Amino acid sequence: MRPAMQFVDCASDFDADISVTMDSQTADAKSIMQLTMLAAGKGTKLTITAVGAGSQKAVEALAAIVENENASEPV
Amino acid sequence: MDIIKGIAVSPGVAICTAMVLEAEDYQRISHRTIPPEKTRAEIHRLRKAFLDATTEVSGLQTAQAELWDSRIKDIFAVHLHFLRDRTLRRKIADLITQHNYSAEYAVSVILRDISKHFGQAKDRYISERASDIFDIEKRLLQHLMQERREEVQKLTEPVVVVAHDLTPTQTASFNTNIIKGIATDAGGRTSHTAIVARSLGIPAVVALGNATRNITIGDIVIVDGNHGTVVVNPDQATIEEYQGYAEAFTAREHKLDELAHLPAVTTDGHTIRLMGNIEFPSEAKTTLQRGGNGIGLYRTEFLYLDAAEEPIEEDHYNAYMETIRDFGDHPITIRTVDLGADKFTQARSAVPERNPFLGLRSIRYCLQNLPMFKAQMRAILRASVHGDVKMMFPLITSLLELRQAKWVLADVKEDLEEQGIPFNENIPVGVMIETPAAALIADELADEVDFFSIGTNDLIQYTLAVDRVNERVASLYSPMHPAILQLLRNIVKTANRARIELSLCGEMASEPEFTPLLVGLGFDTLSLANPMIPDIKKIIRSVSLEYCQAIALKVLQFDTSNQTSNFLREELRKIQAGEIENN
Repeated sequence: MRPAMQFVDCASDFDADISVTMDSQTADAKSIMQLTMLAAGKGTKLTITAVGAGSQKAVEALAAIVENENASEPV
Repeated sequence: MDIIKGIAVSPGVAICTAMVLEAEDYQRISHRTIPPEKTRAEIHRLRKAFLDATTEVSGLQTAQAELWDSRIKDIFAVHLHFLRDRTLRRKIADLITQHNYSAEYAVSVILRDISKHFGQAKDRYISERASDIFDIEKRLLQHLMQERREEVQKLTEPVVVVAHDLTPTQTASFNTNIIKGIATDAGGRTSHTAIVARSLGIPAVVALGNATRNITIGDIVIVDGNHGTVVVNPDQATIEEYQGYAEAFTAREHKLDELAHLPAVTTDGHTIRLMGNIEFPSEAKTTLQRGGNGIGLYRTEFLYLDAAEEPIEEDHYNAYMETIRDFGDHPITIRTVDLGADKFTQARSAVPERNPFLGLRSIRYCLQNLPMFKAQMRAILRASVHGDVKMMFPLITSLLELRQAKWVLADVKEDLEEQGIPFNENIPVGVMIETPAAALIADELADEVDFFSIGTNDLIQYTLAVDRVNERVASLYSPMHPAILQLLRNIVKTANRARIELSLCGEMASEPEFTPLLVGLGFDTLSLANPMIPDIKKIIRSVSLEYCQAIALKVLQFDTSNQTSNFLREELRKIQAGEIENN
């Protein structure tokens, strides 16, 4: 669950509203509960959407976490 | 309106709103709702539980950061992330506002949902996270329940406490101005909660089975501690009926209180000494108020139950001194600790005992834990110079056991003497006769003690081989079994022959139907629960010794408990109706 926690921590640093979508399900990027319930395994395609202050930076930072090679564990 | 039947353990009637405590079993959180006006307070409880749990986990994390490997650290980090997740908290709060669920139930529903979701995941790593969620649920529930239990101490409005079970210490801490009644799922007539409720005078019904499931916080509940019934959400007519009944009961109590300063003497001038059984120092005052002449049984286990650490000599001494202070020169018989088959000893035993009631308990436990035994003896001896204190050993089964205990006592006396600490050198020492073995060797025991006290609860349990708390065999537990009556008669004979003091301190002493029988068998001292002292005194003052002896003679000829039971009940009815002719 370490990547998920890292993801939530990073998202929480931003004021923007951020969501993650997998298939048709959407989760609040700042909620570990919603995120882990997406049960995204390795290699899953995620869409990160941010609205509000710092949204551009937020998406970039979060995408970096997801793409990180070390994120070998599923969320 | 629902009526639940249980066992009446403490007399009186209470009509009040219910305060429900969850069973401390996280698998069994009940589908419980709360009154709509309480949802805000419930959400506040939820928020506090999240906060407290967060503080707790952070504390654990920093306190032991160096000891743990990274996997364990991760687990705590996961807990913290969930506990700080606002959407999770909101989801739980929504259930409380929308469905009026109790915080406990809402937490349980949501976290179980998440855990189920994880459990179903194909990825093994994720499916194993289900146990993390279960841990978080448990932690939150722990805080909610802890808080609810503390809340009971802070209540300002009268309530009836409904719980799965209560510990004696919990019960003892109840403020009788607030807690008007007790209803529990578990327990029995002689369980500690029952004993404490009785001594505090709080009406109580136990062994209700599923009271916590059927009663919701805020329900109006009638606890009838005389008949063992609990009525949930009674209609107006029923409330009025019980109100009348409660008033009549209180009026009768007041009338009995007038007996407090009168002696317990039969119509033909035979005096019986009535003493109180107590568990907590504060009860000594009640004994006097209710007209007791002393304390025949001072149970000292309360210092151990719920205690995080073993009590030391000073804890014992302070408790005894507090009791003595309230008690002047009336006699006080302190029983050395009768632990066993309880949390304290079980937590300290290397292997759980398969049969604790036949295991390392009571005097056996003390003789194997000498430092603890000696500390208590020192405290009793030190207190013995301040009042009329006697020392009593429980569960003696052999002469050797008694001698061992007395050797330890001699040792302790020697130590005190060397240290120049004053004590009563001639402190009377007695044994409880509460095993068939002790009853059968009473002759030998009598030569080496100053007094006997019969503990009928255990004597009956061990003689009839019946666990008095097990609802399925409890009906076999009968003080009127011919075997018990014969043992009682023999012990009286032995004590008289040896000219040592004899008292009876079991529950039997507090049941009015047995009073004439016990007096007739030759008991001059009865020690019983404080609230029952006036009732028993009233019976004694309505009969003659001659009548009691005739009752005893007759009962000893019966060969079944039923015969005795019917006979004694009918005689009691006659006594109470004033139909007994006295000379």
